[in-house]
Amino acid sequence: MKRLYPIYCWLLLILPTFAFGEERFPPPEFESNYHAPVVQNPPPHTVWPVALDISLLVVALALAAYLTLKRRSRRGVFALTLGCIAYFGFVRHGCVCPVGSIQNVALAIGQPQYALPFVVAAFFLLPLAAALFVGRVFCAGVCPLGAAQDIVLLKPLKVPAWLEHALSVLPYIYLGAAVLFAATGSGFLICRYDPFIAIYRMSGTPLMLGITAGMLALSTVVGRPYCRFLCPYGVLLRWLAPFARWRVRIAPKACVQCHMCQDACPYGAIRPPTPAENPGGRREGKSRLVLYLILLPVLLAAGGALGYFGGAVLSGQHTTVRVANRVWLEEHGKVKGTTLESDAFHRHGQPVDELLQNAAKIRKQFDFGGLLLGGWIGLVIGLKLVFLSIRRRRTDYEADPAACVACGRCYRFCPEEHAPAEVLEKIQ
Amino acid sequence: MADERKAITRREVLGHGLRGLVALAAAGGLGALALRGKATTAADTVWQIDPEKCTECELCATSCVLTPSAVKAVHAYAQCGYCELCFGFFEDNPNNMDTAAENQRCPTGAITRSFVEDPYYQYVIDEPLCIGCAKCVKGCNAFGNGSLFLQVRHDRCVNCNQCAIATACPAQAFVRVPADHPYLLKGRGPSG
Repeated sequence: MKRLYPIYCWLLLILPTFAFGEERFPPPEFESNYHAPVVQNPPPHTVWPVALDISLLVVALALAAYLTLKRRSRRGVFALTLGCIAYFGFVRHGCVCPVGSIQNVALAIGQPQYALPFVVAAFFLLPLAAALFVGRVFCAGVCPLGAAQDIVLLKPLKVPAWLEHALSVLPYIYLGAAVLFAATGSGFLICRYDPFIAIYRMSGTPLMLGITAGMLALSTVVGRPYCRFLCPYGVLLRWLAPFARWRVRIAPKACVQCHMCQDACPYGAIRPPTPAENPGGRREGKSRLVLYLILLPVLLAAGGALGYFGGAVLSGQHTTVRVANRVWLEEHGKVKGTTLESDAFHRHGQPVDELLQNAAKIRKQFDFGGLLLGGWIGLVIGLKLVFLSIRRRRTDYEADPAACVACGRCYRFCPEEHAPAEVLEKIQ
Repeated sequence: MADERKAITRREVLGHGLRGLVALAAAGGLGALALRGKATTAADTVWQIDPEKCTECELCATSCVLTPSAVKAVHAYAQCGYCELCFGFFEDNPNNMDTAAENQRCPTGAITRSFVEDPYYQYVIDEPLCIGCAKCVKGCNAFGNGSLFLQVRHDRCVNCNQCAIATACPAQAFVRVPADHPYLLKGRGPSG
């Protein structure tokens, strides 16, 4: 105890808040009839919007399904889009959204002390459930992120197939990284770099506003760049939508093979009929598929190995690891001065060893997490190659259920949609 | 095989199975996650500052997605010394101990000083003026009783899924707290 006394005095001097409850000036006993003002602590306004949010999400999803699949009305979808921008965007400030809810689910799995709020679980599940029955109607008009890109689209350019396929791997990587960061408690990547939330909050850091401006500018010429090449929630919807019970069918009766729908689709989601003969020859296609199947475990292993060693770099994003790195450098005289974070650490008076141990624990998590993330990326690239070399037979122009966001633009261009039967017969 | 009446494709069988399976698994899994959490905390959480961890770095004023910030100074009167020379209120070495702006630490003049009885003065935060810069908190912690502290005010906070101030906070003072106990108050008053 005696040995600790100087340390205690020192702590008292530089850590005034740490000596909690120690009052330098004892609160006075008032002689006059003085009563301290009562500080009001307003409760969070969560109770009614939670019920309202969930019910409005259900209504919006149902409406989107009705408008795209039954009414086949692009105008209706557009009106719904505006409505959802107004409520989920500007009224609710875009939070919580299903895209971000992935991270809450990951956090709840990774950190047992975090409870998954009911509303977040509902926002995570409802659009996925809808995708299983009616496809990606959430993307069509409900998602405020998709809506922001959809309404600024002016003149869509066709993204070349090679670029489209290469970029379509990005959402999987983003999803993997976001889950890793959320599960380790390092923060929510998807929210931090959300390109459209700044619009709905009408404020943001220069970095966020820059991302927003860039993404909006890009969205005018490339259809929904975020949805197609980044959105991590789109990955989940992509998996489920092909199994939808009801989905977008372009030609109401029989396709007349006019490819007008394909030209009209700004998102490259309509696939043309496959040629009768495989252009590369059956034999070549087969050997390519075998090659990619052999390559798959190689990519998986290579990705895992890279991720395992890259985990240490990623762990620097966790505050505890970052502080530990800094404090270690300071202790060993490798850097001069302190940062706000190391100041805060010193002020709390936590032992350095404890901090370094905590950081080591988190680094271990990142080694394992990096292994998984790397393996995941390898697997995704490998599977992408495999799927690219599998030939599927199509006789008509069809919306790819995984890629189709059910915006309803193609309906109007299908001659079958409006033309009388006798005209159609002539065309055929 | 493909009989006209029962033309059901492999994909459809898969689809039906998957729909049922995923619905069951998802509901079960998420239900378990929510219930497991319920045992320790309430399901809904909000952001709050742990005043014991706060280092008055002033980032609360500028990092919030709202302008002005949802973070404001709060006064624990039970802990206040009612000092005549209040270091939360006055600049270091004030010219005069009066309410002239030049003497005040608060950049927006959000603290109201009023006489109670000799030699005690009362200090009240004018919340609409406060920008959450923590200058007063720093003064009070350094030289006074530490009765001034920062809190997320939930009438303003929009409860972002990832709090922007929490990302910027160098002291990891931002924590998720149960929505039914949304404040981490200092002093002897009842918390919550």
